[in-house]
Amino acid sequence: MKKPLGKLLEVKNLHVSFQTHGGEVHAVRGVDFDIEQGETLAIVGESGCGKSVTSLAVMGLIPKPHGKIVAGSIQFKGTEISTLSAKRMRRIQGSDLSMIFQDPMTALNPTLTIGSQLTEGIIYQKKLSRQAAHQKAIEMLELVGLSNAEQRMKQYPHQFSGGMRQRIVIAMALICKPSLIIADEPTTALDVTIQAQILELFDQIQEETNVSMIMITHDLGVVAKTADRVAVMYAGKIVEMGDKRDIFYHAKHPYTQALLNAIVRLDLPSDTLKPIEGAPPDLFAPPQGCSFCDRCPFAMEVCRHVQPPTTAVDDHHTADCWLLDKRADAALAKG
Amino acid sequence: MLRFVLNRFLAMILTLWVIATLTFLLMHAIPGSPFNNLNGKVLSDAAVKNLEAHYHIDQPLPIQYFIYLKSIATFTYGPSIKQPAQTVNDLLGRGFPVSFELGMWALVVAVLTGVLLGIFAALKHNGLIDYLAMTLAVLGISIPNFVLATLLIQEFAVNLHLLPAGTWQGLSYMIMPIIALATGPMAIIARLIRSSMLEVLTQDYIRTAQAKGLPPFIIVMKHALKNALLPVVTVLGTLAASILTGTFVIEKIFAIPGMGKYFVDSINSRDYPVIMGTTMFYSALLILMLFLVDLAYGWLDPRIKQSKEGSK
Repeated sequence: MKKPLGKLLEVKNLHVSFQTHGGEVHAVRGVDFDIEQGETLAIVGESGCGKSVTSLAVMGLIPKPHGKIVAGSIQFKGTEISTLSAKRMRRIQGSDLSMIFQDPMTALNPTLTIGSQLTEGIIYQKKLSRQAAHQKAIEMLELVGLSNAEQRMKQYPHQFSGGMRQRIVIAMALICKPSLIIADEPTTALDVTIQAQILELFDQIQEETNVSMIMITHDLGVVAKTADRVAVMYAGKIVEMGDKRDIFYHAKHPYTQALLNAIVRLDLPSDTLKPIEGAPPDLFAPPQGCSFCDRCPFAMEVCRHVQPPTTAVDDHHTADCWLLDKRADAALAKG
Repeated sequence: MLRFVLNRFLAMILTLWVIATLTFLLMHAIPGSPFNNLNGKVLSDAAVKNLEAHYHIDQPLPIQYFIYLKSIATFTYGPSIKQPAQTVNDLLGRGFPVSFELGMWALVVAVLTGVLLGIFAALKHNGLIDYLAMTLAVLGISIPNFVLATLLIQEFAVNLHLLPAGTWQGLSYMIMPIIALATGPMAIIARLIRSSMLEVLTQDYIRTAQAKGLPPFIIVMKHALKNALLPVVTVLGTLAASILTGTFVIEKIFAIPGMGKYFVDSINSRDYPVIMGTTMFYSALLILMLFLVDLAYGWLDPRIKQSKEGSK
């Protein structure tokens, strides 16, 4: 195993906004996290909470000219990458930092053979010869569990099933031996049995290559299976972050608790779904105080006016909630 | 694949037969005979009778039809009635290379400039280049080629003395006819490429390509263009047709010795063998174009190729 040279990725106070016809959307509003070599961080949250935008910002793929990193820093292996020129960013994209997209049905180009799509990255990035790249691609296809790799290279995406396409997308992300892979809802578009196989594959790959991963998902089952640490995002902010056990068994933020409560469990005789009442705040005009307070059963007066600070629960566990403040008990007793 | 080609070949022959029959019927539906006015001389009744017998025009129509089909099948259209010194094959052999040269150059210029203009417009979407390109495209579509041809002659031949006004004797003679003929199709192609390119560039697989760190040039040329070309290939068959027929007018304006002249003259003078020869020749050419377009589809989009083979 390599010795970790500090953090692999450090994101600090990241703000991303989009210009739309309706005004400026504050999609990501001050996100901090970091990842070490070999670690998997899961970013969980409901649709529109900014988890995909965060990952696109790290990849340098925020759609221009509408989207923009407004503030904050993204350091990858000690280099600030949020301000890199497109040209220099391209040397990192796909080679040291790669991404797996949500829908394998549309992520592959229908008019090119998968062989050509697999090899083009490594040919361009690492200046490999065609034969060497071809060999490498076959190795990768075998690693992700595709049989008959040699013949498969000549086929087109429509000749594969959804699960196989996702394996190809994963092989594509792995081929340049990146240090970090961002997987944006890699199993959402797949059916449940294939989901399990793909998650299994991630485990196996991580064991073999020691690659770090950011797993973007709204599926707590995926989190439980893959993550070392978990960041819970809500309305463009990380509201709670901790080891997997901290989040699943000692959740401190009311949103995390509500999220866990909303899981449908087949092994318990509960017959009703427990949704979180209300809707997330409007990100055209983000709230002044805590963004969750309108839906929070424990909301206090302070929550409406002042954003809660990030409070350490213990060494690796933090949450942004006024309930963790020393004065909360007194306020709740009084109110 | 072979089966597909074979099937298409049979369909092509069937289409040609239908065209031949329609041409035959229309040709004989026009009143008048080739001998009404032969090179300005009025002929005696006996002479006309003899001539009609010689060309089998005195036979009943069904028999003429079979003679006609036989001559098409064997490519022996015989001599022209108006200019008995040369056969229809001579006329085609002399006129077609010129028309083909003009038509093909126009098609190549239209496709290349149209595709380039469309790509630039899409990449600079809503920018200055986009607006310029689309203004040019609208002008190109709305100005008929014969108007453009006359304007070009007026400006570059009459006013500026830069280019020769007509005939067909080399590169400088080709420039204006090709521009006049290519501008309309170019404009159509540019608009199509622009809109399909804009759509393709928002696809997920383009983002995948970006995530691989590929430079924009490779992304556009390798990933986007092949997908964006499909709608262009669809209209290419019809564009080729309009360019081929467009050559008739352009050839007339620039006094180019192509096939258009024979085509129009033969109909005016009821020169049956020449009508037959030129029509069948152009039809075969067009059908061949459409067939090539179909093959190009399969090359551009493997999904189409497979479903085609699967259905046979």
